[in-house]
Amino acid sequence: MKRSQPFILIAALLVAAILLAACPAAMPAEAPASDSAAEEPAMADEVIEIEYWQYNFAARVDAMNQLIAQFEEANPNIKVVHNADIPYAEFRDKIAASVPAGVGPDVATLFYGWQSVWIDSGYLVPLPEDAFPPAMVAEEFSPMVQASFVEGTLYTLPTAVRALALFYNRDLMEAAGLDPNSPPATLDELHDQAVACTQRDDDGSLVVQGFVADPSAQDHHWFREVLVRQFGGVPYTDDYSEVLYNDEAGMQAWNYLLAFHTDLATGDRDLFDGSTNAFVGGHVCFHVDGSFRLGTIAKNNPEMNFGVTELPSHNGIKSTFGSYWTHGLTKKAAADQARFDAAVKFLQFITSADAGALWVDIVGELPAQLEAGSNPELLADEKLGAFAAGLEYSHATFFADESQQRQAIIDSFDMVILTDEDPATALQIAADTDQEVLDDFWSSR
Amino acid sequence: MRLTLHQRQIIWAYIFMSAALVFFVVIRWYPTILAFNVSFRDWNVFEGSGPWVGLENYQEIWQDAGKPRSSVTAAFSNTVRYVLFGVPSQLVLALAIALLLAQIRRLSAVFRVAYFAPYVTSAVAVAFVWNWLYQPETGLINQGLDLVGLPQQPFTKSPSQALPSITAVAVWQNLGFAVIIFLAGIQQIPGHYYEAARIDGANAWQLFWRITLPLLNPIIVYLTVLGTISYLRLFALVQNMSPQGTGGPLKSTTTVVLEVYREGFSSYKMGYAGALTVLLFFLILLITIIQLRFFSRRVEY
Repeated sequence: MKRSQPFILIAALLVAAILLAACPAAMPAEAPASDSAAEEPAMADEVIEIEYWQYNFAARVDAMNQLIAQFEEANPNIKVVHNADIPYAEFRDKIAASVPAGVGPDVATLFYGWQSVWIDSGYLVPLPEDAFPPAMVAEEFSPMVQASFVEGTLYTLPTAVRALALFYNRDLMEAAGLDPNSPPATLDELHDQAVACTQRDDDGSLVVQGFVADPSAQDHHWFREVLVRQFGGVPYTDDYSEVLYNDEAGMQAWNYLLAFHTDLATGDRDLFDGSTNAFVGGHVCFHVDGSFRLGTIAKNNPEMNFGVTELPSHNGIKSTFGSYWTHGLTKKAAADQARFDAAVKFLQFITSADAGALWVDIVGELPAQLEAGSNPELLADEKLGAFAAGLEYSHATFFADESQQRQAIIDSFDMVILTDEDPATALQIAADTDQEVLDDFWSSR
Repeated sequence: MRLTLHQRQIIWAYIFMSAALVFFVVIRWYPTILAFNVSFRDWNVFEGSGPWVGLENYQEIWQDAGKPRSSVTAAFSNTVRYVLFGVPSQLVLALAIALLLAQIRRLSAVFRVAYFAPYVTSAVAVAFVWNWLYQPETGLINQGLDLVGLPQQPFTKSPSQALPSITAVAVWQNLGFAVIIFLAGIQQIPGHYYEAARIDGANAWQLFWRITLPLLNPIIVYLTVLGTISYLRLFALVQNMSPQGTGGPLKSTTTVVLEVYREGFSSYKMGYAGALTVLLFFLILLITIIQLRFFSRRVEY
């Protein structure tokens, strides 16, 4: 009987599922580690191999290759295998697929906003306190690196950090009759200059966009950690367990951001596939972005005549959003003492001030170590200076789930732009969604 | 004991077939069964295990579905919409094209290749090309609309147009396969049925309704079932055509498989993702059984 086949299939699957569930699940991640620990006791003259992973970004790969070469020269008994073949979009998937199979990294580079999820997933182990004393981190690293402490325990440490600043296209400003030597210094000036810089053709189509508000780029960070604070609010409670940007100050900040799209109509994020591509392509006057964009511009539009200045202030308040890619030690490393020691050594090396100084030259990200970050030469740099200046007043959001919290802001922005939702209602929805993610995270602690 | 030649042939046949069997068991069935298992656990992706939590993941899905602006509800209702828009338009268009192709002799191979090419093209490549075509202002379609004096359309940027826009691409991509199968079916119909009917005075319309369509019934059933399954599993196009691959704007294009992917690989909630997969499995099973029961009546002459 043909018809009964599906039911047999279901029954077979259910039986198999129950059988599988009944026996303890295999733990492939641990098997190879403990084997090698038993067979090869670490000896002084034996070469220990550790694996390091990061996503593929040419400048980062290049910088890390140089650091690894230096490290291996100083530590001839440690060999670092560098895996950077994974594209950014697949990085998290690959980690998720590889580590359970026991083939992942000992030291991995991750976005600081992913820490919570990675820790909850049992992937990262705390950094040993003797090698990385919390007092040393507080003293020597940029204040935003405090976000690497999750409930008082240090899990990761970065080589470099980034901050947001205002990019401006000098040629477009000049064409609009603005002085390219005095880019917007306050939020009001940014509104005014963005309007002045916007050009439309006879049909009303945008030719030059003054400013494109695009929360799917960096503007969701700009809103939370910069605009909200500048209008007199705070985005979250100090421990980032409660959303606070759904108040009066938050509403003003929200309206300020929306105005670029609604009242002022200085840009359309759907043109040129988002604000970042539009700016890099030379179609936008002002753009909020991070230092990592300098490399993108140098590669894709080296001829562009642009400058970078600190983010516009408001009510005398300066703020910027800091973020960083950070390095953690994995459970795989912790499974073998000799390898763990080697991984700790490697992590100490790549988070040193010297490593940070090399990193800024090649990648263009600012050193995480204050000593290297406050270097006068760096502060005077025409492009990097604005970012370096921001480090002292930067805030890094503690994310429970970065992608979901970002999506909350994007969706609420879309509600206003695409479906004419009331801005206040939309902001409340973003806050509710965000709060739910936070509650989810904190309730499981 | 000596085996006869026939017995040896049978043994060799099984040995060769077992290669395929191993493939299916290891690559297809084992992960499928594992997904059922994962769906009952608070699965930890990095440890490859997790405590048994029974139906908790399913309860969570049920609760999430009840919330306002729920991704789960959007995913299931969008998925059904993709099927309802996609499958009928695909069948009707494919049948019309196949009937036309059956008429021509010259260049028929060229047309067949043209219709079939999208089917063998990577969905990601297709998505990129259509993203450019759909672009506001600079996209080919919007420039065409400008040219004939019609207003520009936002297509994938608008919550109301995004799903039909992506469905259209899916139909365009899958059309070739359906056309080829229809064409094969049309050529199977014996020519003397038509001759006999014409002698009896039937017109072209009657020939189509009374001969072609009924005799194509098994093919229509086959294409409906396959098409439905492929739309229920829609993923690559949506991931590459919605903003940041999130199934937006405002969840208007998200599908069940996309939510599985996002929950599993972006939030690392494997148990929850596994439970969604199981639900999708039963949805596909149920729809397929219903279709096979109701549509596959035998046609005999």
